[in-house]
Amino acid sequence: MTTAIEMNGITKTFPSVVANDKIDFVVEKGEIHGLLGENGAGKTVLMNILYGLDRPDEGQIFVNGKEVEMDSPATAIKLGIGMVHQHFMLVPSLTVAENIILGKELTKNKVLLDMNRMLNDVKDFCERYKLEVDLKAPVYTLPVGVQQRVEILKALYRGADILILDEPTSVLTPQEVEELFKAVRALKEQGKTVIFISHKLKEVLAICDRITVLRRGKVVGAVKADETILGELAETMVGRKVVFTFKKKRIKTREVVLKTENLKAIDDRGLPALKGVDFEVCAFEILGIAGVEGNGQTELVEVLTGLRKATEGKILVDNNDITKASPGERIRLGISHVPEDRHKRGLIPDFSVMENLILGSHNKPPFTVGRVRLNFEKISNYAKRLIKDFSIKTPNKDTPVRHLSGGTQQRVVVAREFSRKPKLIIASQPTRGLDVGATEYVRKKLVEMRDQGCAVLLISADLDEIWALSDRIAVIYEGEIVAIKDPEKTSERELGLLMAGGKSG
Amino acid sequence: MVELLDVITVGLFTAALRMTTPIAFASLGGIFSERVGIINIGLEGMMLISAFAGVAATYFSGNPWLGVLAAVLVGGLLGLFHALLTVKFVGNQIVSGTGINIFALGFTAYMSQVLWGSRGASESVQGLEVVSIPLLKDIPIIGDIIGTHTPLVYLMLIITVLSYVVLFKTPIGLRIRAVGEHPAAADTAGIDVFKTKYLCVMVSGMLAGLGGAFLSLGHLSLFAWGMTGGRGFIAMAAMIFGNWMPFGAFGASFLFGFADALQMRLQALGLLPPQIILTIPYILTVAVLAGVVRKAIPPSNYKPYVKE
Repeated sequence: MTTAIEMNGITKTFPSVVANDKIDFVVEKGEIHGLLGENGAGKTVLMNILYGLDRPDEGQIFVNGKEVEMDSPATAIKLGIGMVHQHFMLVPSLTVAENIILGKELTKNKVLLDMNRMLNDVKDFCERYKLEVDLKAPVYTLPVGVQQRVEILKALYRGADILILDEPTSVLTPQEVEELFKAVRALKEQGKTVIFISHKLKEVLAICDRITVLRRGKVVGAVKADETILGELAETMVGRKVVFTFKKKRIKTREVVLKTENLKAIDDRGLPALKGVDFEVCAFEILGIAGVEGNGQTELVEVLTGLRKATEGKILVDNNDITKASPGERIRLGISHVPEDRHKRGLIPDFSVMENLILGSHNKPPFTVGRVRLNFEKISNYAKRLIKDFSIKTPNKDTPVRHLSGGTQQRVVVAREFSRKPKLIIASQPTRGLDVGATEYVRKKLVEMRDQGCAVLLISADLDEIWALSDRIAVIYEGEIVAIKDPEKTSERELGLLMAGGKSG
Repeated sequence: MVELLDVITVGLFTAALRMTTPIAFASLGGIFSERVGIINIGLEGMMLISAFAGVAATYFSGNPWLGVLAAVLVGGLLGLFHALLTVKFVGNQIVSGTGINIFALGFTAYMSQVLWGSRGASESVQGLEVVSIPLLKDIPIIGDIIGTHTPLVYLMLIITVLSYVVLFKTPIGLRIRAVGEHPAAADTAGIDVFKTKYLCVMVSGMLAGLGGAFLSLGHLSLFAWGMTGGRGFIAMAAMIFGNWMPFGAFGASFLFGFADALQMRLQALGLLPPQIILTIPYILTVAVLAGVVRKAIPPSNYKPYVKE
């Protein structure tokens, strides 16, 4: 077997950090190679160097055994390297076919686009790689998983033999991840080489043949996937033991904080999303809501936080009816919210860390003087304290949140929401897209808040997360809570069945 | 009532098509610019300077076609200037465009004073002759409406069709649309984003130039101060109303052209004070821009593209 990629002694230094420190990285032809590491470990920098977006300070790159000068993406493409970026590079209003052929158009009479020939061409491609897509559909109408397939097709159409997938699963639902894995395996069967960048251990183990682990810009391990176990890998990646389960104090109270009665709501398309939801969350308790995404979780969170109207039913917090309360009133009543999309709802990316830390409490003392003027001295001290308490890795309090890593951004959200002395925390997908270290931190904080007496409603598509944290597990299916289980008296199999709409046996 | 109905004649439609021409040219120009993500609010000024340049070149050469050529070149140059400011120097598109509009008013007044000794109007020059299209002109009614016009009217119709073909049936059109909507995607596909933007904004200026040339050489045969009368802005309304599509923009331009022609005829009737009748095309513009008709979704977010 020859090597597809060989990178020797790659070093890349940025003004403040050594992003890659003498990295050796070898990918064999026809394998699926996992590149594993926490955010900021240097994965993206290494791949940018391989794709010609960055130049290394030192080191050599060999493609198919030949040393190459990787000076631009165009060179990389010419050498058969394709990259699927984390943020898709697709034009939303153009059709799938148009996106795929963009920049490599075929013409008739040398002037007009030859759409038929291009459609046939692309169709052949889809069949060969078992990537089914409606070629005539505009891209914006497609779900994210299908868009990703289009990106892969685009790379293949440009002649890619070596495909770099940058965090491909971070935007996908569990089902879409399965679809992606099928496609990646089909690519391997066709003799393609795939580099799979991820910080999700399970996925890397499930799909990759070999794995290279990076930590702080260095290779700390290169292993075969089947020889490796989860814990070992996590330790290699983070550099210390990772806690996957949490010892929790068992406190039995029945002091109900949140109660919903026959809660109903409709989704954006006007279809029923919640069809009568009843549950309670008590103080000193984490209620986990398990379910396949799109079964009403998003709407449930929106209704509870006041971002969506309930069409029927009641929400009670400490026995006060808050069904009609505004989001602001709910915040003042002690409801904290960690939203599922931190860019859209959790943070204002262009605002500084400090400004983001006081959002929601910015309009009242102690942060204002006489409810009119902001009290910058107080705000600044408060921000500094939170940055320290929650170990927010930011150059300073005035840095725009946009410039921070995903994990750090989530820390800003968590710091703000948890420092309000909430009674109730609604945490929706709180660790989505976070690396192992940040995930562990957020989970630990949630348990800490519970131990201090908070009621926590945890919504997560990650069954492991629900399992690890919840005192009770509610399963949501098609807008209804179909069962509430004690984690000690149920099994993953039973929950899986319930989530899929089956009856528990 | 009889008098009012008398206004609706074949001649009204002929005049409407004539009044459509400058708006449609500028509107198509607006489409090319906005399709690559650059708002060209300077269409008005580009038309005005081109209208002046057309008359000036005709005045010195005696050939109105050289005037048209000058108008197109000047329009293209102004487009290049707008592109330089907004693409290369990442300036604000509205400021640059508004600057061109204000400059146009002052510059043409001054030059008019220098050349003809009057800030208000130029001397009359040789205008473009009307042509009759054989066969077409003999069809009843239709022939009366579209059979006899200056060649620029026909050129406008041809360019409308051509714009559609270029934008939606050719590789360059596909690239133009990609550049406007998602420049980073176009860039990774190997398309020269900046070159495409320069090209399209220049085409935008050239089309506005044709609109200006029609006003001064095809319509009046002289240059008058402020003769564009807001048609550049009306063209932007037509572009939006037409959903950034060439045929849509033409249709919307015709609506405004019709309002313009109607307004002239209604004035002659004296039913309403002329000041009120004059406002008809502008009220229509405001209504369209305020989104009374429907919600418009632009083809770009108009953010400057900066490579990382």
